[in-house]
Amino acid sequence: MLISDIIGPVMVGPSSSHTAGAVRIGNIGLRLLGTKVERADIGLHGSFLATGRGHGTDKAIVAGLLGIAVDDERIPESFEIAGEQGMNFDIHGVDLGPDLHPNSARLILTGTNGKKIELIASSIGGGRIRVNEIDGIQVNFSGELPTLIVHNEDKPGYVAEVTSILEAESVNIATLQLNRSKRGGYAVMVIECDQEVPKDAIRHLESLEGVLRVTYIAGE
Amino acid sequence: MYDSVDEIIRLSEEKKKSFWEIVAEDDARAQDISEEEDLKRMLSTYQAMRESDLSYDPKIHSTSGLVGAEAQKIADRRARKEMICGDFLGSVMERALRVAESNACMKKIVAAPTAGSCGVMPAVLLSLQEKYGYTDEKMAEALFVAGGIGGVIACRASLAGAEGGCQAEIGAASAMTAGAAVYLQGGSARQIANAAALALKSLLGLSCDPVAGLVEVPCVKRNVIGAVNALTSADMTMAGIESKIPPDEVFDAMGSIGRNMDESIRETGIGGLAGTPTGRKIRSRIRGME
Repeated sequence: MLISDIIGPVMVGPSSSHTAGAVRIGNIGLRLLGTKVERADIGLHGSFLATGRGHGTDKAIVAGLLGIAVDDERIPESFEIAGEQGMNFDIHGVDLGPDLHPNSARLILTGTNGKKIELIASSIGGGRIRVNEIDGIQVNFSGELPTLIVHNEDKPGYVAEVTSILEAESVNIATLQLNRSKRGGYAVMVIECDQEVPKDAIRHLESLEGVLRVTYIAGE
Repeated sequence: MYDSVDEIIRLSEEKKKSFWEIVAEDDARAQDISEEEDLKRMLSTYQAMRESDLSYDPKIHSTSGLVGAEAQKIADRRARKEMICGDFLGSVMERALRVAESNACMKKIVAAPTAGSCGVMPAVLLSLQEKYGYTDEKMAEALFVAGGIGGVIACRASLAGAEGGCQAEIGAASAMTAGAAVYLQGGSARQIANAAALALKSLLGLSCDPVAGLVEVPCVKRNVIGAVNALTSADMTMAGIESKIPPDEVFDAMGSIGRNMDESIRETGIGGLAGTPTGRKIRSRIRGME
């Protein structure tokens, strides 16, 4: 944690968890999709559903999906902006189970290029967030650090391959998580890094046999 | 980030550096940036606080309709020179309401440490700057003091109403602001920590019981007590009054009280004021709007 987490963020009110955190959840959905959102199915869970409207959680998530930042005073007008930009959205309640953080949302996003992604993320206090699930696979990252997400076939050797590419670029790994859909299915590696990962390294990763998809989120 | 103010005081005395410098040094190191750069960023945060006060619009109300136009009532009473508390405290009260109301109305504020408590620090700091003419650099340094105290509270207790009740939000904001005020008045690292302890002690046990779960009632007006309590704690400190319980132990006490608090008064919108007949009626009315 930094002093700017304590004296900050500079944000549009009224709630760091229900407004700023909700914008960031939208932002990370957009960054993970990697292209303009054409259609968004937004499911609000727990306290996001119970007190979301009064806190502008609905407007905040839509703003985030449009790439609007937490301190942008257009947040209250995000529905109108989405209309102008041709982004369709549907907001409804969803029960994601008792174990999930009460301030959570599920986003099912379709990009203008047809790309689709589903994620579940939680606002964990002070405007900070955590992504819990991508396309049905459990993950755990904040999006604050440069983050590399690699979908690959569940076979031996990928972790060594990926870490050696990062080593060659002098990128230090802060955290590394590995999860899979099922044995022999596909695996998702989430690597939070201390430095930005160069474009060449990402292209190299994409070219590896058995790597299905590489998503990179630059640091904030 | 430090987990003990005793540690900040020790380093400050050992290195003969100010409280804020010890905090800023560590913060710059954690981000791999220079202290000058970190101070520059803090200056822009202070500017954002100033704008959060200036952008107040007495004509707007929150979505629920519960909050709005109240700071203007204090401004009017001040203009009539009727304030029991005098004009300086009047300006502090008015600013606390302006910023906290703006937050409820989806305007831009600085969460310090949270959005719900965003009025406390600007109310005190902007008013002190107006009264004593401190430079903006000095104000940014005071924000590092506040941030250092907030960091310790975050490590030892909590800064979230859902975890620690309102004592963790308005209480923490008040403690952080009291320390910043003492720094501006030329107080030592020990006095800064003492003021934070005095301020938090007076708000220990405060529940988080917002009506309908919204950051409106009683949050907006609690910003006033947080701000005024910071100033009385700073004055007590500068007069030589000491907290008999050391600051780190006061923070620990806040953490333990928070853990003992019933969930109904930890930002659930169930107990306390939210659970009163009127609180429940307001909640049903708002749910009906949805």
